[in-house]
Amino acid sequence: MSKNILIIGATSAIATAVARQYAAQGATLYLVARNEEKVQVLSNDLRIRGAKDVISKIADVDFLDQHEAIVKNICVELKQIDIALIAHGVLPDQKQVENDVGATLKSFNTNALSTISLLTLLAHQFVRQQQGVIAVITSVAGDRGRQSNYVYGASKSMVSTFLQGLRNRLFFHHVKVLDIKPGFVDTPMVAHLKKSALWAQPEKVAKDILYAIDKKKDILYTPFFWRYIMLIIKNIPECLFKQLKL
Amino acid sequence: MVSGWGRYPFIEATMLNPASLDEFRQALSRQKHCIARGLGRSYGDSALANEMISLRRMDHFIAFDAKNGILSCEAGVSLSDILKVIVPQGWFLPVTPGTKYVTFGGAVASDVHGKNHHIEGCFSEFVQSLTLMLSDGSLCECSRDNNPALFHATCGGMGLTGLILRGTLVLKKMSSAYIHQVMIKADNLDAVFSLFEQNAASTYSVAWIDCLAKGKTLGRSLFMLGEHSQEGGYLLPPEKHLTVPLVMPATLLNSYSIAAFNALYFHRQRQKEQHRFVHYHPFFYPLDSLLHWNRLYGKKGFTQYQCVLPKAAGLLGMKEILKKITLSRRGSFLSVLKSCGPHNQNHLSFPIEGYSLALDFKIEPELFDLLNELDSIVAEYQGRVYLTKDVRLSEAMFKRMYPRWEEFLAIRIRYGADQKFHSYQSDRLGL
Repeated sequence: MSKNILIIGATSAIATAVARQYAAQGATLYLVARNEEKVQVLSNDLRIRGAKDVISKIADVDFLDQHEAIVKNICVELKQIDIALIAHGVLPDQKQVENDVGATLKSFNTNALSTISLLTLLAHQFVRQQQGVIAVITSVAGDRGRQSNYVYGASKSMVSTFLQGLRNRLFFHHVKVLDIKPGFVDTPMVAHLKKSALWAQPEKVAKDILYAIDKKKDILYTPFFWRYIMLIIKNIPECLFKQLKL
Repeated sequence: MVSGWGRYPFIEATMLNPASLDEFRQALSRQKHCIARGLGRSYGDSALANEMISLRRMDHFIAFDAKNGILSCEAGVSLSDILKVIVPQGWFLPVTPGTKYVTFGGAVASDVHGKNHHIEGCFSEFVQSLTLMLSDGSLCECSRDNNPALFHATCGGMGLTGLILRGTLVLKKMSSAYIHQVMIKADNLDAVFSLFEQNAASTYSVAWIDCLAKGKTLGRSLFMLGEHSQEGGYLLPPEKHLTVPLVMPATLLNSYSIAAFNALYFHRQRQKEQHRFVHYHPFFYPLDSLLHWNRLYGKKGFTQYQCVLPKAAGLLGMKEILKKITLSRRGSFLSVLKSCGPHNQNHLSFPIEGYSLALDFKIEPELFDLLNELDSIVAEYQGRVYLTKDVRLSEAMFKRMYPRWEEFLAIRIRYGADQKFHSYQSDRLGL
């Protein structure tokens, strides 16, 4: 049976890599993205790579009041959603958001509020279905606040906490909720940063995501070693941690 | 820090990762001199510059006509991805290099060739059209009929005419994903040359030479032929790899360990002639199953020397080159001998009708003298060195080996590419 896959933020590097792997399996894909040119190019690409069908919707998920209509359309087009992946997000410039309340709140709107709004609406559909997987890309940055990017981290942590509760609630409806916490991934979002050996390619992260969805995992650190890095970081006592320059 | 596949030299560089036409235009206007980069499989410094534009996010398929075997894609799509799409539908790459981990754009810029050059020619023979972004950010289509000079300069032009963004490729129909392979032992260079002559009609041919064998066994090789099989279906290969996890100590590969390896490889086959039914993957891409194999050569890296000698120079010239390499005891793993068909119309495409020899060398201080001596022999016989593998050819030698360099430069100037597109290699070669 071919799967129905919903991807929000489909033209991001990780989401594109995930979409391609499902396309190769012959899935039907529903893509939500902001940039029309990019999503058209991607839809074509996915069809050639083997997707059964690709439906695309141009939308800016920053506008929360459009979410209800978007989700309604998704449910009409797909009937059943086997996997929903929420992958959109921005990496705000920490220095800028420190001096600009508007920019801080805007990044919270994109990274946290829009995701929570979409999840709340999608949850109804999954409860109706009594099956399926919801996967959301958060970040290792959400595991602990650090001076270098705590605005980004806090928005991701908000989503992670929301997902814990949602996972608990949907467990009784046979719906799985996966929290994906990537470390450093070599994507356009971070094109300006210097890369070290810790950086992973989006294709590798996508492979991990498919595996975790398949195995019905709850939390995925990708690449795997971030689980141990974050274990250490989470366990440093706050009285020491506050003195570090991380 | 970035390098080519040979891990020499490493340079400090910034790399932009544009994903749309607008982002490409911005990237071009932000960088003064730059060069496009795909999967970084050029061995030397042809895809190296202090400012680079990556084509990794320009990796979408555009159209695939599975009935007529015509594929359009963006330049960053790898041959590996192309194979995944076309093989199950009964199509194959009309020309493929020895690795599938190169991009479409890289294959065009290097005008790569394969084991069938003597029959089919280079990759560009099957490229219908290309779309380039010129140095001013404008798009320009080219083909054999439309801007032909730009097309012929771009194929094999090492990325020096503009950013290759998209292209259309004519595929080859195949009867199955399997190859009927014949492996014949040749005791010396004379024997392998006559095998090439006798089998000139075979679709695929190549010989692995043991470049440490000397005297009577000079040029001892395993000669390999292949034809697409009629049976076996269109299965893709399993995705299993081994990885070289770390940069190995350079001393691991010395003349003793390599002599032992080569001898084992040569004598692995008992019979004089062996027939096998193999999947196309091990036949065309034996080294792709060992990821990061370039780490085997140690911290200082390596280079590959590939030269081609015209038919007239033939056996005599090749013997002279092999003797020089054997004497130096620097030769490494199996080197590759291929026969090439006639030269095409492209200004800088490497193959000319004759024989091509390729071998890897660990980077050592004395190596460059040896390679300079080899250059002299190659130039003397009116041969040439492959720019995709090169990291040290001198400007004078290059201009002697590629007499059409002036025409190429004129096209570069006509399209404004000399103002924008420069690699370490192009600066060294005076382009």
